Amino acid sequence: MKSSKVTRVFFTVSFVIFFLVLLWEGYKWMGQQTDDLWPGTNFGLPIATNDTIMPHFVDVVGELTAEIRDGRSSMPMYAFLLKKAWFTFQEAAIGFILGLTIGMGLAVFMSRWKVSERGLLPWINVSQTIPLIALAPVVVTWGRNQGLPDLFSISLISTYLTFFPVAVSGLRGLQSPDAAHVELMHSYAASWRTTLFKLRLPAARPYLFPALKLAGSLSVVGAIVGEISIGRKTGLGRAILEYALRYAIFPERLYASVIGAAFLGLSVFGMINLAERFFMRRTREVVS
Amino acid sequence: MSEKNAIRISDVDKVFNEERDDEVIALSNINLDIKEGEFVSLIGPSGCGKSTLLRLIGDLLEPTQGSVEVFGKSAHQARIDQDYGMVFQHAGLFDWRRVAANIELPLELHGWSKSDRATRSQEMLDLVKLPDFGGYYPRQLSGGMQQRVSIARALSFKPKLLLMDEPFGALDEMTREHMQIELLRIWEETGTTVVFVTHSIPEAAFLSNRVVVLSPRPGRVHSVIDVDLGQRTESTREDPSFFGAATEIREALRAVEEQE
Ligand SMILES: Nc1ncnc2c1ncn2[C@@H]1O[C@H](COP(=O)(O)OP(=O)(O)O)[C@@H](O)[C@H]1O
Ligand SMILES: [Mg+2]
Repeated sequence: MKSSKVTRVFFTVSFVIFFLVLLWEGYKWMGQQTDDLWPGTNFGLPIATNDTIMPHFVDVVGELTAEIRDGRSSMPMYAFLLKKAWFTFQEAAIGFILGLTIGMGLAVFMSRWKVSERGLLPWINVSQTIPLIALAPVVVTWGRNQGLPDLFSISLISTYLTFFPVAVSGLRGLQSPDAAHVELMHSYAASWRTTLFKLRLPAARPYLFPALKLAGSLSVVGAIVGEISIGRKTGLGRAILEYALRYAIFPERLYASVIGAAFLGLSVFGMINLAERFFMRRTREVVS
Repeated sequence: MSEKNAIRISDVDKVFNEERDDEVIALSNINLDIKEGEFVSLIGPSGCGKSTLLRLIGDLLEPTQGSVEVFGKSAHQARIDQDYGMVFQHAGLFDWRRVAANIELPLELHGWSKSDRATRSQEMLDLVKLPDFGGYYPRQLSGGMQQRVSIARALSFKPKLLLMDEPFGALDEMTREHMQIELLRIWEETGTTVVFVTHSIPEAAFLSNRVVVLSPRPGRVHSVIDVDLGQRTESTREDPSFFGAATEIREALRAVEEQE
């Protein structure tokens, strides 16, 4: 990446954040002036603007540096959140890698045997209609019976969300080469395996990476939901749950922990972007 | 040109979707011999089975009846032995590979070493007059240049047979005439046998030793026209012998149309 591009991205992101903060504070200020009514009317605003519902942005940021107690020790909120986020990241990463493996495995399998596509694809779709909240306790109970660590059970919930976009887009990508390209490989007497590695997988990349970005975000969501439903003490999900329960007293803390989750999601997104740049560096160089 | 047969097609029928409502008799009772080193064009109205016949020779399809022999063995064995290279209407290069890597693809599949591949792809780039374009990506090249790369790729492993399905069909007229001269030069330099599908009368007349005129529904060999224009250059296109050959082909195609 060129440094001018880094600067551009930095300024864009800063501007968007600045704009959102301005919107938040402007809306809050307006609500405070009019007692939560649309100016000049009797209609109520959709969201109340008091300090519990909408704390000041500076207070949320201030909360990130405030000292809080974690067991016996005390540390700044941001360090606490980073520590929690690290646990969640590990769960999400294992879930993502498993989901990627299973999703690609299914995609390759379905592209190899047309019959299996008809047999499997509906079930893959149905799998995503099962609510996560219902699934999580089943996975955890099963995992504990098998003697698996909770971390792994949470990862499995993440896997459950991530394998889906990978399988669906992976299949589309593997099927994307023109008939002429497939025929060309056939004319070279190339085996199925060779065709997979030299043609289908490289051709699938532009389909796969958007799906991986989605899967990355889903892996974080899965890990957080998994933590909450398992009641695991360590991760970000747990912190969010605790602050949610004490929202009325410390609203800034819940917002701070949500910022932590967003930060984790963005980090994962950034890593996948880097992987994309690496794996698609060849085609990227083309200026057309 | 030797007297040995490169291709021998005997009593070939090709039926698609046999015994279904959408059954198509694409080819019926085809007999055709092509000599080693010969340049043969297949011409005929759209849908008469030209591509199908070419695919049968390349073992990309199997005949319903009859046999296709290539260099004295089955078409299947010839494909396994990599006796032919194929060029389609669209260059069909892999976007994610540089031009040189595209030319090296078949060599890579045949297990050539990296340095041998590099040497050969440079030779091929020289042959198709693109010596400095190895490092480019296909999308950076014009349609005519891409098609030349596609020809280089097909010739990279020095196959004894080149199968071409309307390779210049998507090019503008000037580029097309230029490519025809290039192809003849390559054909003379390499001595390969060429089977060339086209629907352009001047193209068939200019390039071929023999032109096979096919008639449609079902596809049959209507007539085979011998052409002898000797050494071809740009001025051959203004030569009476060229017009004579083109007229003969045109009349055969008219007869095909009147048959319908
Ligand atoms: N895979 C296929 N399945 C069914 N019909 C086909 C198939 N390929 C070609 N045909 C039919 O066979 C006939 C000959 O096709 P083709 O060889 O492509 O003609 P041409 O190349 O001369 O235009 C056409 O009627 C076409 O519709
Ligand atoms: Mg055709």
